Amino acid sequence: MRRQRGSLLASVGSHVALLIAVGFAIYPVLWVVSLALTAGGAPEAQIIPWPAHPSLDNFRAVAGQVDAERGWIFGQQLFNSLAIAAATTLAALAIATPAAYAMSRFDFVGKKGSMAALLATQMFPGVAAAIPLYLLLDALGMLDTRSGLVLVYATTAVPFAIFQMRGAFDAIPRDLEEAAMVDGATRFGAFVRVVLPAARPAMAVTALFAFMTAWNEFILAATFLSREEVFTLPVVLQRFVGEHDAHWGLFAAGAIIVSVPVMALFYWLQRHLVGGLTSGSVKG
Amino acid sequence: MRRSAGAAALLVLTALAVCPPAAGRAQETTTLRVWHAYGQGSAEETALRQAADAYVEAHPDQRVELLANAFGAYLSKLESAIPTGNGPDLFIDAHERVTHYVERRLITPVEAPSSGRFDASQLEALSVEGRLYGVPLSLKCAALYVNTSLLPEAPSSLDALARRPHAEGVFPLVFEAENAYYVAALLHAHGGRLLDDEGGYAFVGPAAHATVAEVQRWVESGATPEEATGELAKRLFASGHALSVISGPWLAPDLPDSLPYRVLPLPPATEGGEATRPYLTIEAAYVAAQAQHPAEAAALADFLAHGPGALIRAKAGRQVVADAAAFDDPELASDAFLSTFRRAAAAALPMPTHPHMRLAFEPAGQALRKVLRTGMPIDDALEEGARRFRDLTRPLPGPRDPTLALVLVGVVLLGFVFAMLRRLKDPATRAALVRSMPAYRWVAHAFLAVGLLVILPLFVGALTSFFSGHGTDLHYAGLANYAEILSARGGELLGHGSFWLVLLVTVLWTVLNLALHVGIGVLLALLLNRPTLRLKGMYRVLLILPWAVPSYVTALSWKGMFHRQFGAVNALLTALGAEPVSFFAHFSTAFTANLVTNVWLGFPFMMVVTLGALSSIPKDLYEAAAVDGATKKQQFWRITAPLLVPALAPAVAMGAVWTFNMFNVVFLVSGGEPDGSTEILVSDAYRWAFTRSNQYGYAAAYAVLIFLILVLFSKAAARGLARVEEKKA
Repeated sequence: MRRQRGSLLASVGSHVALLIAVGFAIYPVLWVVSLALTAGGAPEAQIIPWPAHPSLDNFRAVAGQVDAERGWIFGQQLFNSLAIAAATTLAALAIATPAAYAMSRFDFVGKKGSMAALLATQMFPGVAAAIPLYLLLDALGMLDTRSGLVLVYATTAVPFAIFQMRGAFDAIPRDLEEAAMVDGATRFGAFVRVVLPAARPAMAVTALFAFMTAWNEFILAATFLSREEVFTLPVVLQRFVGEHDAHWGLFAAGAIIVSVPVMALFYWLQRHLVGGLTSGSVKG
Repeated sequence: MRRSAGAAALLVLTALAVCPPAAGRAQETTTLRVWHAYGQGSAEETALRQAADAYVEAHPDQRVELLANAFGAYLSKLESAIPTGNGPDLFIDAHERVTHYVERRLITPVEAPSSGRFDASQLEALSVEGRLYGVPLSLKCAALYVNTSLLPEAPSSLDALARRPHAEGVFPLVFEAENAYYVAALLHAHGGRLLDDEGGYAFVGPAAHATVAEVQRWVESGATPEEATGELAKRLFASGHALSVISGPWLAPDLPDSLPYRVLPLPPATEGGEATRPYLTIEAAYVAAQAQHPAEAAALADFLAHGPGALIRAKAGRQVVADAAAFDDPELASDAFLSTFRRAAAAALPMPTHPHMRLAFEPAGQALRKVLRTGMPIDDALEEGARRFRDLTRPLPGPRDPTLALVLVGVVLLGFVFAMLRRLKDPATRAALVRSMPAYRWVAHAFLAVGLLVILPLFVGALTSFFSGHGTDLHYAGLANYAEILSARGGELLGHGSFWLVLLVTVLWTVLNLALHVGIGVLLALLLNRPTLRLKGMYRVLLILPWAVPSYVTALSWKGMFHRQFGAVNALLTALGAEPVSFFAHFSTAFTANLVTNVWLGFPFMMVVTLGALSSIPKDLYEAAAVDGATKKQQFWRITAPLLVPALAPAVAMGAVWTFNMFNVVFLVSGGEPDGSTEILVSDAYRWAFTRSNQYGYAAAYAVLIFLILVLFSKAAARGLARVEEKKA
């Protein structure tokens, strides 16, 4: 009897604690939504984030920009963001996965050193690299292009992706691919057909991270791109908050449009997220 | 099936991103590239497009391609694009940067206009060493907007206006009292200046004292709102909560049509006193140094500045055009708004074009904030501002002889090559290399890509730290940047803005953030992991939400929520009966605001990592413990905690590195307020590189120091972790 009451209390307690945390987590998001739904979009001092007269004007103004010369420019920019993020994801995975596999399975001269170098890239503030990168892309003739941006984003995402995937490969027993190789598969064949499917959750999470790197970045994009038809959405968003005229409503509406795809991906991948982040670090 | 559909979509998008854009159009027409930084969808942008269309109509062999740039990134973009030949033919910017542009060789001289259509002082302001560099387009200066239903008669002076009796919640005289740009109008009336002719800081002495004392009186009497931003000023005036507001022509487009108002040139500060003189900014068109079509670009600039171009910009863009002849047009002549601003501009003081000008606003604004927010004695605050300015404009380390460094590098390189060769001779190493060959085939492309596009740029960036100068105009300076940083530029070691003080703040920032991330993350994960919990999936989805929103969006919305007047946090505090807090006026509250934002951003990551670690702890361990009679508490401390520590360690180390370099939150939420005290190392480095006269070398030295600190930290952490594991084993 006492035990039951205790567990009921604990259950109520955990729901209360979780609800408080949920409130903390969604309040700012609701605030942005309310701002986006307020025509004119001026923040007000109010506790409950709900607009007095909800309207979709801001969304229309952001997404509906049609231009006589270039057509539906917002659609073009949305497509740019999607295409760049998708290409970044694919390129980062394609570059990082085999390297991570080698790091996990082979011993080679310079392995320790290269792991250290990869780790070091995560510690060096990116501020210092923007100008050299600009000159480099210019020399490659890829300055004002989507491919140039993909190249930069993908390589930026690679070191972290290698760490992630290496952890995942470490957790996959070697017997699996060895069995396949005994059956006559090549190392690469075993990698593609046996190891990669087993590492799918970790790959999903790594892909998500790479996608977000490209999807949310704006400093490099604003510096490298000089044509509106190749702009990505975060660059467009920045322009709503200008020197004299800050259109918070438009910014908020744009922010929601930018956030929705990432949220959808998170929702889709959230089951993998739990396993994919830590696989390999706990060995019981 | 669904998964392969997703993969196919990824592939298609990739192909589209990488494939070249649709076939180029016929290249018989000349394409002029024009850059500007007008706001998205603003009247100015529309008018510029119309004027450009009119130009193309008159010159059918040409096309004009307009590019709108984000205001914050405009300058650095021009600086990197023009010298490499990727820039525009023509760009539009304020006149006060003309000296800077000439020094960087970003613009070419233009021919002086033939007739006397422009004010001589305006052309003078756009000239450097007797040569004209820009074509004046429009004029911007502050004037007084008056709400005619609240204040029908014209005020005789600003002071008389400030003393008017007013209803609760209505301010007689609204302006950004902490912004040196507006305060300068009063300063000029008192005979003072922000900057002297030699580029020295002049916001000190009796004139400055009198000006600040006046502003302080207005704020303390409630005539002028505290901590007014442009946003607040606009809001108060638009909603009828201000009798008047001091602002420029940029305010008008945001005012509702129903608001009855008119514009007056600024009245004198005090009854019968000297006239107030606001700063005048002349927006000009510049022909870029590397323009592909300089002659056409100059023709376009002339078209935009005079005659039909000027009329379009005045009528459609509501711009106060610089071309005097445009005001002969009957429609413009009878336009009260534009002609008032034109009169105000004629009386205004063109902003000095000395490169030090833009460095003067930050220290002057800090001095005003110190007085108005913390009540610091005026003269102390002004003196402190002068010290800040000297710090910003201190002479950079001079050029050093690079021979010694080159010799040293040569010796080290030689030694390295020699050691490598010796190792290669060793048969064991050779055998190991041969055995490594298959592995290299797996990693080569990754190493090449990361080496070329990540490590090489970072390395070049690190090398910059041995150079000194502004922008791309650099000279070798040896270790001078490091010496300056580590000696706090000759000031007190823990003095304002010193490396050591900022490091202390950064460490505090990192430790508190991590403690809260891990604490909250682990707690929530343990709650979510309770087997009997209902609605688990819903909780988890909602709690991950902060992670999914781009961090700059989050940062800006939290900044809005901490707003003094309109923020939700203060609304909550007021509802609970507490006094509203001015979050960005004190270190503790501003730091807390940053901390709350970053905790919000970071706890879901730790929660998810913990959930993963918890799910991989074998259940039989608990069952065995339960059989042995261990309580829940004992199970947690004996089983869960010891297994969680090593699982969380990599995530915590990574989190420490990310938090240490968390630029977005600090930069966007507090922006270093108050007085740069909440700045962390990486945001400070950014300021040295981009907002304080482009000292790239100095900023790079900061970056290298940050890197070294993090390397030392991770070494220590790895050693600590190894010791823990050892103890366990």
